[in-house]
Amino acid sequence: MFENLKNLNGYMDMPRRSFRRFGRIILLSCHGAGDALMMLGSSVLYIRTAFRPRARHEVAVQLFITGIKSLGVITVVAFFTGMILALQTGLELRRFGQEVNIGTAVTIVMIREMGPFMTGLIIAASVGSAIAAQLGTMTVSEEIAALEVMSINPNRFLVMPRLVALAVMMPILTIYTNLLGIVGGGIVGATQLGVAMQAYIDNATRYAENKDLYVGLFKAVVFGIIIATVACHQGLTTREGAVGVGRATRRTVIISFLMILVVGYMITRMFYI
Amino acid sequence: MISFEQITKTLGGKTVLDDVSFEVPRGETVVIVGLSGAGKSVTLKHMVQLFSPDCGTVRIGEDVISAAKGAELERMRQRFGVLFQGAALLQWLTVFENVALPLREKTDLSEEEIEKTVLDKLRLLNMEDAVDKFPADLSGGMQKRVGLARAIVMNPEIILYDEPTSGLDPVTARLIDQLIENLRSELGITSVVVTHDLHSALAIGTRIMMIDGGKIVENATPHDFIHSENETVQRFLESQYITRRGSWEKGMQTHG
Ligand SMILES: Nc1ncnc2c1ncn2[C@@H]1O[C@H](COP(=O)(O)OP(=O)(O)OP(=O)(O)O)[C@@H](O)[C@H]1O
Ligand SMILES: [Mg+2]
Repeated sequence: MFENLKNLNGYMDMPRRSFRRFGRIILLSCHGAGDALMMLGSSVLYIRTAFRPRARHEVAVQLFITGIKSLGVITVVAFFTGMILALQTGLELRRFGQEVNIGTAVTIVMIREMGPFMTGLIIAASVGSAIAAQLGTMTVSEEIAALEVMSINPNRFLVMPRLVALAVMMPILTIYTNLLGIVGGGIVGATQLGVAMQAYIDNATRYAENKDLYVGLFKAVVFGIIIATVACHQGLTTREGAVGVGRATRRTVIISFLMILVVGYMITRMFYI
Repeated sequence: MISFEQITKTLGGKTVLDDVSFEVPRGETVVIVGLSGAGKSVTLKHMVQLFSPDCGTVRIGEDVISAAKGAELERMRQRFGVLFQGAALLQWLTVFENVALPLREKTDLSEEEIEKTVLDKLRLLNMEDAVDKFPADLSGGMQKRVGLARAIVMNPEIILYDEPTSGLDPVTARLIDQLIENLRSELGITSVVVTHDLHSALAIGTRIMMIDGGKIVENATPHDFIHSENETVQRFLESQYITRRGSWEKGMQTHG
C-alpha cells in the first residue's frame, strides 16, 4: 500500500496547463481505481479467513454496525419512496380508471430499482462515510503503518470484515426497504386513491416476477461491494491529517453515488434488454 | 545490524534524506537527534520499509529490506518492534487488547499465556492499572507507554523508538530510559531512538547521530558528541544548556 503511495508521489506536482492537468487527473483516477481493485481482490481472497474465531467476531461487529446504523433513515426513506411512487403513478393511472395497478407499479419499481438504489445511497452516506473516516483517521495517525509493521495485513484485518458485512447486509436491508416501500404504497392507495388493501396486494403480487427480485438483490450485493471498496480505499490512501480525512469522506460519498447510478443502469440494461 | 547505503528520499518536492549512509551496530543503542522536520521519523520508517528510498539500499544484517516484498518483508519486519511518534494504538481496542494484538494475530499462544505476557510488559511500564481502559481515555504519555509495551511484546531483536519520552514527566522518562538501557545491556537488543531530549540521549546512547538538512552532520559516541566541533551540533547542545564540561558530565559522575 505504501508502495502505491510512493508511486503517487511521482505525480504530485500538478501541471499548470489545463489540458495536461486534465490528463494527469485522468491518470491519477485510473491509478486509484486500479489500486482499489487490487485491494478488493486481495480482500476477497482473505474471505476464507472470515470463519476463524477472531475474524468471525469482527465480521459480526461490522454486520451489526452496518445493519443498525442506518435502519432509522432507511425506514423513513423506504416508506416515503413507496408513498411517492404510489401517489405519482396513482394520479396518472386514475385518469384511465386504472388506479388499482399502482400495486404492480410500486412493487416492480421498488424491487427492480428503487429498493437497491435508495438503500445503496443511504448506506454509502452513512456507513461508507463512517468507514472512510475511521480508516482515514487510522491512516493519518499511523495506526495502519503500525499494523503493517506487525505484519497484520490491513486488507485482511480491516477491509475484509467491512466488505463481507456490506455485501451481506445490503441485500437484507434492500428486502426491508422493498417491503416498507410496498406497504407505504399500499397505505397511500387505501387512504388517498381508494384502492382497497386486498386489491393492492393481489395486484402487487400478480405481475412481479422472481427475476425482478433476484436482479434487485444482485444489484444490492454489487452496491455493497462498491461502497466497501470505495470507502476502504479512500480511507487507506488518506493523506495530510484531518483535512485529508474530510476529503476521503466526501470523496467516498460522491464516488459511491456516481458508481451506484452508473452500475445500477448497466445491470438493468444487462438483464432487461 | 542496520545499514543505510547512500539513501536519498524526496517527499513532497523536498529532499528529506540526501545521500545518507550510516550503520547501527548489533547490540548498540543509536540515538538520532535533529530539529523538527529534519527527517528523523522518515529515517526510522525506512528501516521497516514504511518508506522506500528513491536511491540506495537499507540492509538488516544480510537482508535488503528496502527491496523486500510479501512474505520475505514480513519475515524481516518480524525482527522489529516499533514505537510510533503518536503511539498509534487502535482506538477501538482496550490497552490489554492493543498489547495482545500481535500475540493473538501472529502466535499460537493460549489465552492464559497471552494474558501473562501482556501483564508482564505492562507492569514493566507501570501501566498495569490501565488494562481495561481505551486509548482515548489515556494521556499522551500513557499511550506512549502502551505503545512501547506493544513494541516489545513479541521480544524483537531490534527496537525502533520514535520519541519515547516526549510528553512524559521526568520521572517516568527516566524509567523509560532505564528500560531501554536494560534491554540493551541484559538482552543485547539493538535500538534506534529518536529523541529531542539530549539528557536522555547522552544517558542511553552508545552513539549519537545528528541529522540536519538531509545530511548526517555528526555520528559519534556521547563523549565525542558533546565535544563536537560541528557548529550545528554545538548550537543544538547549547540550546539544551549542555556545555563541554557542563552539567551532563557532572551528572554522570554522581550517577556512576
Ligand atoms: N508522508 C509524507 N509526505 C510528504 N512529506 C512528508 C511525509 N512524511 C514526512 N514528510 C516531510 O519530511 C520531512 C521530515 O519529516 P519527519 O517526520 O521525518 O520529521 P522529524 O525529524 O521526525 O520531525 P519531528 O521531530 O517534528 O517529529 C518534513 O519536512 C515532512 O514535511
Ligand atoms: Mg518525527
